[in-house]
Amino acid sequence: MIDRRSFLVASTGLFASAVLPQSAFAAGRDPRFVVIILRGALDGLAAVPPVGDPDFAALRPPAWEGEALPLNGFFSLNPAMPNLKRLYGASQAAIVHASATPYRNRSHFDGQDVLESGFDVPGHADTGWLNRLILSLGQGSKIGAAQKSLSVGTLTPLVIRGEAPLLGWAPQQLKAADPDLAPRLLRLYGETDPALMTVLQEGIDTGKIASGMNPMMGGGGPAGAMVDMAKGAAALMGRDDGPRIAAMAFDGWDTHTAEQRRLTQLLGGLDQSLAAFEQGLGAKWADTVVLVATEFGRTARFNGTQGSDHGQATTAFLAGGAVKGGRVIADWPGLKGAQLYEGRDLTPTTDLRAVVMGVARDHLGADVRRLQTDVFPGALSVKPLDGLV
Amino acid sequence: MSPDTRAAIAFSRFGLGITPRGLGAASGEAREALLAELKSPPTLSMSLSDVQRDLGFSTALPPTPELLTQIAAYNRARKERREIKAQNQTPAPDTPSMAAPDMAGKPGKPAPLMDDQRLPQAVSFAEVAARLKVWGDARIGFHERLVMFWANHFAVSVDKGLPVRILAGAYEREAIRPHVTGRFRDLLLAAERHPAMQVYLDNDASIGPNARANRNGKRGLNENLAREILELHTLGVNGGYTQADVTRFAKVITGWGINRSGQGDGFRFNANAHEPGPQTILGKTYADDGERQGIRVLEDLARHPATAKHIATKLVRHFVSDQPPPALVERLSRRFIDTDGDLSAVYATLIAADESWSAPRAKLRTPQEYVIASLRALDTPVQPQRFLQTLRVLGQPLWQPPGPNGFSDLASVWATPEGLNNRLDLAYQLSERVAEKTDPRVFAEERLKGLISETTRRSVALAETRPQGLALVLLSPEFMRR
Repeated sequence: MIDRRSFLVASTGLFASAVLPQSAFAAGRDPRFVVIILRGALDGLAAVPPVGDPDFAALRPPAWEGEALPLNGFFSLNPAMPNLKRLYGASQAAIVHASATPYRNRSHFDGQDVLESGFDVPGHADTGWLNRLILSLGQGSKIGAAQKSLSVGTLTPLVIRGEAPLLGWAPQQLKAADPDLAPRLLRLYGETDPALMTVLQEGIDTGKIASGMNPMMGGGGPAGAMVDMAKGAAALMGRDDGPRIAAMAFDGWDTHTAEQRRLTQLLGGLDQSLAAFEQGLGAKWADTVVLVATEFGRTARFNGTQGSDHGQATTAFLAGGAVKGGRVIADWPGLKGAQLYEGRDLTPTTDLRAVVMGVARDHLGADVRRLQTDVFPGALSVKPLDGLV
Repeated sequence: MSPDTRAAIAFSRFGLGITPRGLGAASGEAREALLAELKSPPTLSMSLSDVQRDLGFSTALPPTPELLTQIAAYNRARKERREIKAQNQTPAPDTPSMAAPDMAGKPGKPAPLMDDQRLPQAVSFAEVAARLKVWGDARIGFHERLVMFWANHFAVSVDKGLPVRILAGAYEREAIRPHVTGRFRDLLLAAERHPAMQVYLDNDASIGPNARANRNGKRGLNENLAREILELHTLGVNGGYTQADVTRFAKVITGWGINRSGQGDGFRFNANAHEPGPQTILGKTYADDGERQGIRVLEDLARHPATAKHIATKLVRHFVSDQPPPALVERLSRRFIDTDGDLSAVYATLIAADESWSAPRAKLRTPQEYVIASLRALDTPVQPQRFLQTLRVLGQPLWQPPGPNGFSDLASVWATPEGLNNRLDLAYQLSERVAEKTDPRVFAEERLKGLISETTRRSVALAETRPQGLALVLLSPEFMRR
């Protein structure tokens, strides 16, 4: 068993901000940076279960099938993510646990605003921190605004929206409606419009309407769509003159019911997407950082329908040849009742902005002051995490 | 009922749906707001496109006589092209073909079309673009809903072929639109006499058996238009007419047809094709005074009690309930008779009725209503081509009903898994367009104001993404039903 204090030592020296950054950024390098937003709030406790925490087992049933993949004795990985486990073993992936944005409520829209806009309060939906980060980089640099960055998907994610020029690309099969729409509509009709519910249910039963329950089926489901997006982005970014910075969003992580089945498919899609980046980027993978982040986490306990509700801290993933991986980075808050946020959620202990700042400074050569003022307005007190790349 | 709810019902049940301008247009007394809109109906106007200029149009939305001239030129040019193609495929003649002066680079009459879609598309896109503008601008949209109602009542279909395909918009503009707030008699006459209707229901080809133009006896009577006037447009299927009435009425309107000279309003009475002699219809004998004979029959049909009942029933079924309350139908029917078919008076009775506001919101927006309401709610534009395609996918292609009885007005016809699936896709795609600048929670409160249920409010607030949340608003019972 690892206690909180020893775990700190084992991780990153989170509070050792006096140490000068060992910047990996140097002239002649050609870094690539991908941001993947998981919309719907990933259950970090299901993705990277703290099996070594004595209070975990009693808190909820396993949200995975089979054996979790051991990482470091305290944390394991959801078995749907074998590629991430392999990258972790090769020191090319790190996990940041108990992390969160400054947002402390439970609305997806507001949570996504904060996560992607980079402001510490919701309501700023004009530009995203990644776009402002691009603008802050050297004008002549390949990673700055002189080079078009890549927005993947039919909808430009807020995180990369802004003045810096973008190249848009979307796989064809994203045209059908979000498959999560029908099940939500079914619940809505169930309470207020039985006649429409009957029609919708019939459509779902006969396969005429996407049920949201078979996201692995066909190329258009969430998993297939994720991999298609990753493959397309990697193909573009793997070119010598291709975009260096990209953003995309994967929907469907709002697991209120039957979480195990759903997460197995979703995490599998994410895992395959990371592999698609590794493969598609070829030699450029060595100089790549992929950041996977979500708007907030989920309740520590399961609800009455084998799912979880909206919560606070969760996990973020860093993958890529440039990552100093093989580590779970966390200031573990514990899972006892009093340690939970409002008695129900994993308590946030790592500011996600510090993770981004660390990558931005050390991987892309961003200026820390501009990170703390322009990219993340009002983040003067947030210090970049050291040693991520 | 709160003022907001009443205003919201004005927008959804009687109008085209709420816009970002909010309920304001129907605040105060919603009934008066609806009737006020009928007093200043919108005008359709568009600027001329280059393609239309090339085709020789004088205005973007040309009148029927001009379109008939275009159709004739178009058919001539198509025929020439077919002949040229046929000649090119036969063994090369010794001398160059003179049938293709343009292709040979010699001076000649320029072909008025570049490809087979040019004329129909130029007309169709202009007609749709003009309406998209009016539908977007309409304050509440009651007038436009009435135009749609009557265009469906007096349905023509572009399925009939090129003439109706090109004339359908002009038909709605000339025969329906100007008369929807006037007298039923005028609406009836304008619709039946329009070239689009004459072609659609084959009356232009109908000839009296004893007419001068039929001396060799090779051509004859076509009963199609006469039957549909009685069954669908006036008395209704159980309106008390017989097959003999149909046949005699068909004889009465022989000679009614199309003026292709480019002159007049496109209608022509050909006395040589008209069946001579008096005809007895529904027990009344009409002397043969040529064109007037048919007009007098239509005037009597327009004021027949069965017509009043039929029209009242359809109006109530369209605006209030799939099961029209008999008392309300009776009141509208009575008003129709008392005012000699003053349609605005009938609408006023409909609007004044308590049932019109208290009936459960169980009607389902038709695809056309749904698409327009969605575009209005999201305040997003659409290209004519895409609009037409969307209506086709949703099962209600514009001016293309399955038969002369028009599209169904019953919720059960539209509430199918396929239809719902298409609405899901459409709602999601439209939502994605505006998601960047629209908060679904605010959208739900504003566009469903006066109607929103706690369930919908919660469902939207819990949505995972903005497009999902916006789509849930557009798919909510409050938005789907009216």
